[in-house]
Amino acid sequence: MAEKVIYAMYDDDDVLKDGAKLLVSKGVKVSDVFSPFPIHGIDPIIGVKNTRLGIMAFLYGITGTLLATIGMRYIMIVDWPMNIGGKPNETYLDNILAFIPVTFEFTVLCAAHGMAITYLLRNKTLPGMPAQNPDPRTTDDKFVIELKLSENTQFTEDELNSMLKQTGIIEIDQKEIN
Amino acid sequence: MEFKVSNKANRLTLILMIVGVLFTTIGIVSNIGEHNLVQRIMANGLINGFFFFAIGLGALFFLALQYATETGWYASVKRVIEGVAGFLPYGMGLLGAVLLIITFLDGAHIYLWMDKAYTTPGNHHYDEIIDGKSAYLNPIFFWIRTIVYFTVYFLFWKGFRNRSLEEDRVGGTEIHFKNYRKSATFLVLFAVFSSSSAWDWIMSIDVHWFSTLFGWYTFAGMWCSTMTVLVLLTLYLKKQGYLPKVNENHIHDLGKWTFAISFLWSYMWFSQFMLIWYANLGEEVVYYMTRIDHFKFMYFGMFLINFAFPMLLLMSRDAKRHAGVLTIVGVIIIIGHWFDVYIMISAGSLGAKAKVGFMEVGMALLAAGFFIRMILKNLTKAPLTPVNHPFLDESIHHEV
Repeated sequence: MAEKVIYAMYDDDDVLKDGAKLLVSKGVKVSDVFSPFPIHGIDPIIGVKNTRLGIMAFLYGITGTLLATIGMRYIMIVDWPMNIGGKPNETYLDNILAFIPVTFEFTVLCAAHGMAITYLLRNKTLPGMPAQNPDPRTTDDKFVIELKLSENTQFTEDELNSMLKQTGIIEIDQKEIN
Repeated sequence: MEFKVSNKANRLTLILMIVGVLFTTIGIVSNIGEHNLVQRIMANGLINGFFFFAIGLGALFFLALQYATETGWYASVKRVIEGVAGFLPYGMGLLGAVLLIITFLDGAHIYLWMDKAYTTPGNHHYDEIIDGKSAYLNPIFFWIRTIVYFTVYFLFWKGFRNRSLEEDRVGGTEIHFKNYRKSATFLVLFAVFSSSSAWDWIMSIDVHWFSTLFGWYTFAGMWCSTMTVLVLLTLYLKKQGYLPKVNENHIHDLGKWTFAISFLWSYMWFSQFMLIWYANLGEEVVYYMTRIDHFKFMYFGMFLINFAFPMLLLMSRDAKRHAGVLTIVGVIIIIGHWFDVYIMISAGSLGAKAKVGFMEVGMALLAAGFFIRMILKNLTKAPLTPVNHPFLDESIHHEV
């Protein structure tokens, strides 16, 4: 079902922030903000939920730790016991110091790659995916507030438009998205 | 706002010091007759003199780091850092006095190289390795270096403090840029001195042993203790109703520093340990053999406390903004770092006979009481929020 969306464009992030504050205080639900860079302090204003990327980072990290431990134990101890500096090589624990740097590196590798890929997938911005932002100028020097009519049923379209116009916008646009 | 030391705080530090004196006396009296009594007293003096001096020095370094990087957020806690750095002259007094007594006692079996018996050929104590190092490790050169360190630290501390107070009166950015230049000079000198003073004061206790990482390791430990003290002091002042401009964002940043420097310290500890373990050379592993043979539980326990505690408890964002969590972690890791210094010095000098008794606890409490008292006294001498710091506005609007 097609949905009506209003896009209001600003040329300053502070003006946008004040505008968003004003709108939210009147009970308008701002569904998203598009910006060329992260706007400090916008999240609590428009009520963006806390990211869960940190939890994923932890899970990816643990996966890396486990994989590294299992892999090194099999390669260096079980399959072909390696002589590490002439030290006893029967158990993994005897040589754990030698394995810690690799474990650490592999943990970081898994956490970082996992996070980056998750982030790109979640935002649907993997290389080659169609752009999600409503206007290419939001990747340059313009900022856009997105309002969905379906989320603001208590206001009419005209009311929303007139409220937006009080917030120092430079352009206003309407689209139907699927 | 002017800070006033509360009666409660005064009473508490006084009690700490009295208990400290009491315990020390019990410790000394009950050990009269032991042949290593003097050595043990001196080792304790060195542990506490160095530990608390190093916290003051760490604060001076941290202040210089903020100046050199033109950091903004710290402006509203700057006076807290200065308060801790203000312990530096007293710390120098403590450490200097202990070093002086040790020198007069021919090293007191702590610095073996100070004892002529080890460097005189023909003497039955003669030690070729110590004699070989005597061009660097001899009392005269040692004191020249110590006096140079103390002088440089003191002059820079005085300079930073005076300019900071002057900035309150006159404002402008001229003082800021002067601080910027001076702090860059200080950091260069500190980079060299923090390493070489660690060799002189601590590494030379294990006189045969050497590690090129040692200076950094000591420095990381001292920086970590400093950050903990800064967090605890800021939380204390905040709880007393001072520092209205400091909010959880600043606390969060201080918490992040504690977290990060704990990792720096652990990284240094592990790097030194692993490389020596890996290479397995007799003259290097002897350092860890002493510690593992006689202090196994304390040594690895100390490492776990200083590494795992802050890692697990301070990892989340909310924990770094929570006064209770920060206080618990801070108190525990500052004790952990005291034990780090304790093992560095005691294991090298007293060896297997080192133990924590009344004397150790007493002297640590005495020094801690004195340290807290002096820091609180320092804080009363200037407004708790700098008036004309160019970054004060940025600091007030700091948000992370």
